Amino acid sequence: MAEELRVLLQYADQINPESADDYVKVGGYKGLEKARSMDRKALIDEVKKSGLRGRGGAGFNAGMKWSFVPQDAPIKYVVCNLDEGEPGTYKDRIICEKNAQALLEGMAICGTAISSKQGYIYCRGEYPFVVELLKNAIKSAKASGALGDFDIEVRMGAGAYVCGEETALIESIEGHRGEPRFKPPFPGVEGLWAAPTVVNNVETFACLPNILANGAEWFAGIGATRYPGTKIVTLTGDIENATYFEVPTNVTLRDVIFTLGGGVKNGKKFKAVQVGGTSGAFIPEQNLDTQIDFDSMGSIGAALGSGAVFVLDETRDIVDVVTRISKFFEHESCGKCNPCREGTFRLREIMEKVNAGRGTTQDMDNLLLLSKVMQKAALCGLGQAAPIPIESTIKHFRYEYLRKI
Amino acid sequence: MANYKDIINSCREKRGGIIEAFHALQAEYNYIPQDALVEAARVFGVSEAQAYGVATFYSYLSVENRGKYIIRMCESAPCHVAGADAVIRAIENYLDIKVGETTADGKFTIELCECIGQCQATPVITINSQPVFNVTPEKVPEILDACK
Repeated sequence: MAEELRVLLQYADQINPESADDYVKVGGYKGLEKARSMDRKALIDEVKKSGLRGRGGAGFNAGMKWSFVPQDAPIKYVVCNLDEGEPGTYKDRIICEKNAQALLEGMAICGTAISSKQGYIYCRGEYPFVVELLKNAIKSAKASGALGDFDIEVRMGAGAYVCGEETALIESIEGHRGEPRFKPPFPGVEGLWAAPTVVNNVETFACLPNILANGAEWFAGIGATRYPGTKIVTLTGDIENATYFEVPTNVTLRDVIFTLGGGVKNGKKFKAVQVGGTSGAFIPEQNLDTQIDFDSMGSIGAALGSGAVFVLDETRDIVDVVTRISKFFEHESCGKCNPCREGTFRLREIMEKVNAGRGTTQDMDNLLLLSKVMQKAALCGLGQAAPIPIESTIKHFRYEYLRKI
Repeated sequence: MANYKDIINSCREKRGGIIEAFHALQAEYNYIPQDALVEAARVFGVSEAQAYGVATFYSYLSVENRGKYIIRMCESAPCHVAGADAVIRAIENYLDIKVGETTADGKFTIELCECIGQCQATPVITINSQPVFNVTPEKVPEILDACK
């Protein structure tokens, strides 16, 4: 039986997220205190040992990421990715609105680990009210002395999905067009203003205070072994409870949708679910008994990604929804690399043709071929993931396409 | 009305802060006027072409004059299946303009946008970045009439 497990959101609505004093009263800033008492290497090892993996798209071990930062560099930066642009995702907003101080503490713990004195939070332009909240939270934390000499500045994005990609985000903080960089060098070696930079997202940072306060073993013991901890999922589409839940990572997709989510809206039957945002794969009913952790999702050709869970009922026209999604990617492609710029354009063009009933089976073959090319040749995750909704629906819901051809 | 030079100067200490300056300008004018763009380029030490490139890259920034109230309709998949198309048609009909246009009295501009992260209450629109939840075509007149 699936139940919520609230760790990041344990004190949601019981404390003022802006107030460092409120946060300290419920045990806040103990993790940072512990981190500061530790040797840097031991601190990074502790985070590695906890098994904490990035709560964004790549699922990379956080401690490992930090260990790549060269210690001899004079300036290093801690950057928080609060550009959650994946449609159907709002978990980072919830973390800030319920527990902003945990994010600040997590960033300061990272600062301690890589000996950085300066953090940046890049908040998406859609959340100006979160920018205000965070500025007040930082003021409160600085006034209380909790952050010590670690400073955090909030920068606001301006409505570009691609800026969720870490190097595009860095470009944007620098005041440029948000176009991804070629990697390597990775940001850990050469990031913001060419200095070593750790970029993690809000949820990853917010896990850290509890890991330090309760120990790596405690965290490693929650949820799935290879992707431990909790995950905040946001349920959208044809679902009874269109809200957010914090769950251990070994809960199954079926439990998320049918137990916590209350099942498909209005008693209709389930058709498909898209997990991880609009770039994720569509999953059919037979794969619902899969755990939501990163690797289990990967094993069915899906991705946990942002934790968005978008449910479609039996009446939905999948080809129409995927056509809409292909428009999204055409709009959000930054245009820097050819496979994505041209590819997202052609995907949208062919999808519109199929959706309008003018497609052929040759179009479906072309979609699959283009899909392969983009996954291999696009510069960043946007162009690589853009064809996945199309590819996964041709695989699992081929009959829906054939019906329109 | 604040002077655009003062607005830009208030951001000049921020390294790479030209986007912050653009946000501050838009808070005052709802768009980035040409003179202000040129000044921002000068203050932040980039060419006018680069400043223009930045201003036109991001969907929340505009170099065209816009209305007092900017209505944005989310068209991402969760809002799409919740009926965003019907809402946008209702907004267009009520204001008698199309997406991308501004009413003759300069009061409203309609834009489309992607997910604004309020998917617990779809479909969602924003009015000057403030989200309005669970919008239906029937609610559109009341919502827009409340913009004075």
